[in-house]
Amino acid sequence: MEYFTLFISAVIVNNFVLTKFLGLCIFFGVSKNLNASIGMGMAVTSVMTLSSMLAWVVYNFALVPLNLTFMTTAVFVLLIASFVQLLEMIIKKQAPALYNMWGIYLLLIATNCVVLAIPLLNAESSFSFLKSVVYAVGSGLGFALAIILMASLREKLRLADVPKPLEGLGIAFILAGMLALAFTGFSGMITL
Amino acid sequence: MKNLWDIFKKGVIVENPIFVLALSLCPALAVTASAITSLTMGFSVMFVITANNVVVSLTRKLVNPKVRVPVYITSIATIVTLVQLLLQAFAPELYQALGIYLALIVVFAIILARAEVFASKNSVIPSFFDGLGMGAGFTLALLLIGCIRELLGAGSIFGIPVIGDWYDPALIMILPAGGFILIGYLVGGFKMLTEYMEEAEAKKGDA
Repeated sequence: MEYFTLFISAVIVNNFVLTKFLGLCIFFGVSKNLNASIGMGMAVTSVMTLSSMLAWVVYNFALVPLNLTFMTTAVFVLLIASFVQLLEMIIKKQAPALYNMWGIYLLLIATNCVVLAIPLLNAESSFSFLKSVVYAVGSGLGFALAIILMASLREKLRLADVPKPLEGLGIAFILAGMLALAFTGFSGMITL
Repeated sequence: MKNLWDIFKKGVIVENPIFVLALSLCPALAVTASAITSLTMGFSVMFVITANNVVVSLTRKLVNPKVRVPVYITSIATIVTLVQLLLQAFAPELYQALGIYLALIVVFAIILARAEVFASKNSVIPSFFDGLGMGAGFTLALLLIGCIRELLGAGSIFGIPVIGDWYDPALIMILPAGGFILIGYLVGGFKMLTEYMEEAEAKKGDA
């Protein structure tokens, strides 16, 4: 039950994009097209899950015993960036079809705020391994949900008559605001 | 001297990082619910970007271009850790308020972008001013957002009530939703302003 509430809280109540402003660069960059946003959502979820597993191991078996927790930020950034590079190489070699579909997104998320934030939050709240994984999967799916919703809205918007100065980024921000407002309705549903 | 001023000015107005480049808007916006946290965030970023530009510029002849990105990231991460430790020691309340967003300065696209675009090609002094200008532009943009949100959402600026009791604060401005909507209008407004300025410039050219 505890894991379930954590999961729901990460997907909906504390949605990372809409309540914490994380991952906005790709959220606005890739949400112009529905297919691309689905790919991005899946890529972020998988990278986030794998990298928080890795980061959990490094944090609890290397940084904590050696008293190096002040280096967490630097270690995690390098860890995730190199891990994503490695993942890219493996996928390119082993599954070229998958690489053609999602490969470009992998590089974009190598140094992304939301991918870095989850391991940092896991370390900060000293979650157990299983809890970290649940949290990472939930946050990833929350991100996917937000970006897919946003892309569907923006595809509709293509036919709309938007005031000229607001075209592009301006209206995208206002839309995100409306979405965030809708998600505010969930706040307080689960308190951790 | 004029040249350096131009580099500084470019960061503040012409290429203002938040409104014009739209880079690195990510996590910084989360701390703009009040003016004081915005200012702290702005200064932290300004420090990191300037220090990193200097480091990158100093080492630009030593670093093999193939490994430059990991080197930049290491340098940025070190400087950010420094800022974290300093704030934790001297301003623990602000450190608490900024929370995880302080650590996330590491992945701000603008810092890496300035290292790549400017500092890796220029000598130390112009790089220093470029960092300072970009940082100042970033701080101003954050401060503007922070002040408007705090003013409308809580009726105060820097925690000092300015409007008075008759004003019923619009809570939405402090919530993330209000932040998004406000930034949307600001981006639009800035675009209008630059277009207007360009038009005026073009008219001057004709005459």
